[in-house]
Amino acid sequence: MTELARKRPEFRNINALSDLPSYRLPVAGFVSILHRISGALMFLLMPFIIWVFDNSLSSEISYAKFSAAFNVGLGFVPGWFMKLVALALIWAYLHHFIAGLRHLYMDVCHAVSKEFGKSSAIATLALSIGLTLVLGAKLFGLY
Amino acid sequence: MSVNYGSKRTVVGAHYGLRDWLAQRVTGALMALFTVVVLAQVIFTSGPIGYEQWAGIFASQWMKGLTFTVIVALLWHVWVGIRDIWMDYIKPVGLRLGLQVFSIVWLVACSGWAVQVLWRL
Repeated sequence: MTELARKRPEFRNINALSDLPSYRLPVAGFVSILHRISGALMFLLMPFIIWVFDNSLSSEISYAKFSAAFNVGLGFVPGWFMKLVALALIWAYLHHFIAGLRHLYMDVCHAVSKEFGKSSAIATLALSIGLTLVLGAKLFGLY
Repeated sequence: MSVNYGSKRTVVGAHYGLRDWLAQRVTGALMALFTVVVLAQVIFTSGPIGYEQWAGIFASQWMKGLTFTVIVALLWHVWVGIRDIWMDYIKPVGLRLGLQVFSIVWLVACSGWAVQVLWRL
């Protein structure tokens, strides 16, 4: 039997609710699971992203509708909620983008030492969260 | 050596080897490049950005070509990623297949819409 076809070990005694919250992940582990969560979030919100792409580009009238959605709201959804969704997407994009560049860098340079894994993971989190805060403050009109 | 083909085939994972791994990295790099190109045009636009400036970024033919390529790259990239998630967490074969079909429909519909937006500009 080939290496691939051999039965691989499976661990099914991990309970997502009672075990996972108490597990302590290394920083790189957080970057990894957040990469997955941010990707899934963007996948689920893809129609909203394309709605924004559509309305912001199609005409001046649709552009006005797009701006109004974030300022006064759209239908029964208030503007602040639209901004909150946009902020979630901004975070997801920034995290996925920066963590993705980290992946590419590691693949190209074979930089897989434990130290680099940790320091680059910290840099990824600091950059993505920092930029999200800055852009979020701008989005909500704090400056 | 035991038989691992036909009805005896052990079904694990999707594709072994380089293809999906490389596709995800190449498409990722392309989207990163696109992000930088769009950001640079937004940052170097003088004055406030309204409809004219924003739509102007996507008006040129090369930008349309690049955006179209990025939409296709995104479709492929997300398919590999979402399929990985289903393969990791969803064990019943029927449910996994259902979710994979849903992902394909979702992604193709979304990219069709995005291409439609791009092409009527």
